[in-house]
Amino acid sequence: MGSLSPGFHGRTRAFEGRLPPGQYPTESFPVLSAGPTPHVPTDRWSFTVTTERGETRSWTWDEMMALPQEEPTVDIHCVTRWSKFDTRWRGVSLDVFLDEVDSSSEHVVAESFDGYTTNLPREDVTGGKAWLAHAYDGYALSPDHGGPARLVVPHLYFWKSAKWIKGIILTPDDEPGFWESAGYHGYGDPWREQRYWSD
Amino acid sequence: MNEHPLYLDGNALAGPLGEVFTTDPTTAWRLCPACRLPATLAQLHVYGPEPGLTARCPGCAAVALRVVTQPGHLWLQLGSGAGAFRFSRPHDRVRNPG
Amino acid sequence: MHGWRRARLTERTRQTATGRTLRLDVPEWPGHLPGQHVDIRLTADDGYQAVRSYSLAAPAGAGAGSIELGVQATSGGEVSPYLADDLPLGAEVEARGPLGGWFVWTPRESGPLLLVAGGSGIVPLMAMVRARLASASDEPCTLLYSVRSPAEVWYAEELDAAAHRIRVRLLHTRVAPDGSARPAGRIGGPDLRDLPPSAEGRCYVCGPTGFVEHVGELLLTTGYAPGRIRTERFG
Repeated sequence: MGSLSPGFHGRTRAFEGRLPPGQYPTESFPVLSAGPTPHVPTDRWSFTVTTERGETRSWTWDEMMALPQEEPTVDIHCVTRWSKFDTRWRGVSLDVFLDEVDSSSEHVVAESFDGYTTNLPREDVTGGKAWLAHAYDGYALSPDHGGPARLVVPHLYFWKSAKWIKGIILTPDDEPGFWESAGYHGYGDPWREQRYWSD
Repeated sequence: MNEHPLYLDGNALAGPLGEVFTTDPTTAWRLCPACRLPATLAQLHVYGPEPGLTARCPGCAAVALRVVTQPGHLWLQLGSGAGAFRFSRPHDRVRNPG
Repeated sequence: MHGWRRARLTERTRQTATGRTLRLDVPEWPGHLPGQHVDIRLTADDGYQAVRSYSLAAPAGAGAGSIELGVQATSGGEVSPYLADDLPLGAEVEARGPLGGWFVWTPRESGPLLLVAGGSGIVPLMAMVRARLASASDEPCTLLYSVRSPAEVWYAEELDAAAHRIRVRLLHTRVAPDGSARPAGRIGGPDLRDLPPSAEGRCYVCGPTGFVEHVGELLLTTGYAPGRIRTERFG
């Protein structure tokens, strides 16, 4: 017997144009977790932007909800190879928060209530490319998908879209986050298949 | 909605870590630096397997170690404050301490 | 420590509607202990690989160079439905192991043995049951086996036949057989009555995460010391 596991195809299938290399489309919404799901009541929720000088600006849930809301419909791509098309979110563009602080940092770290972190270039979370999302498909975002609010940065692998987000820290240097410090790519462009450090 | 997402035991780390350890790693022992709970690696709560395996203290959920398997590489991160693992040295058991 | 070995499927046995045992020939298999598991790796034509862990259902020895796995096909799963029904007899996958030195029992250990299985969590415990039956041990051995319905019982005939040497207690959670004294329901305190003394024995629990959590708490309440309980959860 020459080949191994004959007839096993995994889930990879071709999907013209919208599917980055090595991905397969899924209708479901898989939940990946690296720890217990935090439950953060909205009356105790706040979102804080911290500059490289340690200055902070915070928003309560009600203040965040009073900001201009957007409803992006986007394709998302997980590094574990599933992609999901036309996901509907509601939330606030990160531009709205970052415009409120004075910073020259070119990098940010997104920080979550469970201690998770992920690093992104500042230019990738500004210019209408990233949202603080609190609703998915018309409903309040559930805790297993990152509720009450998560980051959504659809043009990068979805581990960059931190669940249970509690703040953004502007950093002078690029500081690898939870997965980036354990071998995952610092930037994570699905179209260039930047999964691991060496990609 | 799942209140407690599925996790496995540290038993699930035997295969990935067995690639780089010469003794079975799952019987290694640690004392959690955060909550002082003793546990073998097999008793840790393991989340994953994708995008990586995150092993946490069964008492307080502090991260004990993380393993990411890639083509050609295995990453093992113990992280700051994650505590030390005590391994048995199979060829060194006859010696008495002190 | 462990390399990947080619493993050839030689036999597939239906245990339940979705449960299968697979026998694989693995040249130069080094042997294993009851409770240990293997990783199985599948490779697609494009090089994509998937790895999953499966418990070994039989102690080593009977067929040297051959291992028996239990596979529960989960609907929508990437690997288990393929192994359960699609991998052709005579075809090869890769196996790595034996793995795990913690969730292990051998007949050399003295004292009563309590095994608690939830669903396909029976598989590694069956390796312990078989090792216990093959030994001269006359220490008390009890298997509490929680299943949804009578149709969900793995190794049914073998467990029936073993009933004169070990105590097997089936606990039906959804549908109890006609005439059953115990109504269908989740495992609870009364199911743990008249067990071997908790101070001396070892207890092994395997099943879904929620089941293992629940049984672990029951055992602690019943007086088992945490150090005597070993658990294996699967997703």
